[in-house]
Amino acid sequence: MNIVVCVKQVPDTWAERKLKQGDATLDRESVDGLINELDEYAIEEALQIKEAHGGEVTVLTMGPEKASESVRKALSMGADKAVHLVDDALAGSDVLATSYALAKVLEGIGFDLVICGAESTDARMGAMAAMLAERLGVPQLSLASKVEIVGTEIGINRQSEDGYWRVEASLPAVISVLEKINEPRYPSFKGIMAAKKKPLQVMSCADAGIDTALVGLANAATEVVDFAERPPRQTGTIVKDDGDGGAKAAEFLAAQKFI
Amino acid sequence: MAEVLVLAEHTGGEVKKVTLELLTFARQFGEPAVAWAGDGAEQGQARLAEYGAVTVYVAGGGDVTDFATAPEAELLASLVAGKSPAAVLLASTGQNKEIAGRLAVKTDSGMLCDAVGLAAGDGGKIVAEQSVFGGATIVHSAVKAGTPIITVRPNSIAAEPAPAAAALTPVDLTLSEAAKGAKITEKVVQERGERPELAEAAIVVSGGRGVGSADGFEIIERLADSLGAAVGASRAVTDAGWYPHKFQVGQTGMTVSPQLYMAIGISGAIQHRAGMQTSKTILAVNKDPEAPIFELADFGVVGDLFQVVPQLLEDIAKRSGS
Repeated sequence: MNIVVCVKQVPDTWAERKLKQGDATLDRESVDGLINELDEYAIEEALQIKEAHGGEVTVLTMGPEKASESVRKALSMGADKAVHLVDDALAGSDVLATSYALAKVLEGIGFDLVICGAESTDARMGAMAAMLAERLGVPQLSLASKVEIVGTEIGINRQSEDGYWRVEASLPAVISVLEKINEPRYPSFKGIMAAKKKPLQVMSCADAGIDTALVGLANAATEVVDFAERPPRQTGTIVKDDGDGGAKAAEFLAAQKFI
Repeated sequence: MAEVLVLAEHTGGEVKKVTLELLTFARQFGEPAVAWAGDGAEQGQARLAEYGAVTVYVAGGGDVTDFATAPEAELLASLVAGKSPAAVLLASTGQNKEIAGRLAVKTDSGMLCDAVGLAAGDGGKIVAEQSVFGGATIVHSAVKAGTPIITVRPNSIAAEPAPAAAALTPVDLTLSEAAKGAKITEKVVQERGERPELAEAAIVVSGGRGVGSADGFEIIERLADSLGAAVGASRAVTDAGWYPHKFQVGQTGMTVSPQLYMAIGISGAIQHRAGMQTSKTILAVNKDPEAPIFELADFGVVGDLFQVVPQLLEDIAKRSGS
């Protein structure tokens, strides 16, 4: 089975994340980049599927040079090879353009199964798997807490608002996985050494057949009007519990008309 | 006046509060119209009329509910093509963000997710306010290509009635083969009890590491029930298996912005703050006076939650006269 995992490098969620003053794009330089946490579950799921059904796991990322760090991490976990789409023309692409660019690469390299993390920790849109499925014209099985594959049939448990739905389709398909579907493995020393020798194909827009008039900040379908740091919340009232903390909390709730 | 389309959120014909909120937004930008996928529109009609829906486009039948996200996206795409609405508004749920994404691809339109406010900007375009990076930055964005597709978080506006006809208008929707690729074979409803939904609740009571155990979490449920609130949990709690994962509030879980958020035994790491920072009022109880949650709290009690919460429960009972 030919499995492709889409991986995004994001700023560390523990760091202070900012937009750049000039073009209101994400400041990726001033903070450490690392693999989107939810994508690690996607990589783990791909490795488990490969271990059960055979095949090959390819990591696909789109992003600046620096994103190759995240690709290496994915390779050190056990993925077989990687494709890094990198082109200055892609900088500032919105979700519509990103889904277009990734779909072009996926069409080019081929796949039986595409796996995404449920969302990225920076933009948090959670729409990529659906958009790729729409563009590629294949079934979307997303927000999965469980994935089962028998032959070319795939079934997932899809998280719903009040429980879960069982959703079934035939491969090829695009899936996205939730945290808790598995426990991502740590790269072993052997894995880290092996990753250095694994093939990493660097692709430009031209290589992938991406029309540069459809990507990048200037061609985005959305624009930032303005942005600002949230003003600090007004300092609240903090009391020490001297045996009356609960009563004081109740007084506050009553004053605010919650009780 | 162009229509502003709102995708209805409903279960068994009961319209969810967030849909009424979206109708309240919609009338600021055009004539509110509803897209209703699935059955039950007749039951929901009165509610939609009360909150200003002029037209309700209905696509019912098995096909629409047998497949995930693609039917709604095709319904909305056909309405965008036929009615040229000024915008499409959806409640910000996991499913709807996917529907919005498919619709954006189908109509070559810009999409904005997780708006917490909408306002008219220059030239009448809709400007969405988003709270990003765990609430640290406020961004105003607009769509500049196609039909604006915007998902809006529950509790972003108070729903206000504005009676209209809510004329039920059947839409003949024939799904494409591609939309039928992923079939829903079973819908499993997990017991939620009587509590409101976490995403929509006006009050959320969340417990953190401070509760100490799965048994300790019971006090959080009692406090929530005393206020008619939803229950949330920090990642420490769900990782430890003390409470189900789907109740996790934070960066990798649910984002909530209720009127009142009560953080009980939660230190307030950035991962957690990302999921609750936009709450209107925040009350915290924690035994560590240095806990970062107190930087956000409108009211905080430094103390043992197992001392403070029982007393709070007593006082709530007294004040509510029960």
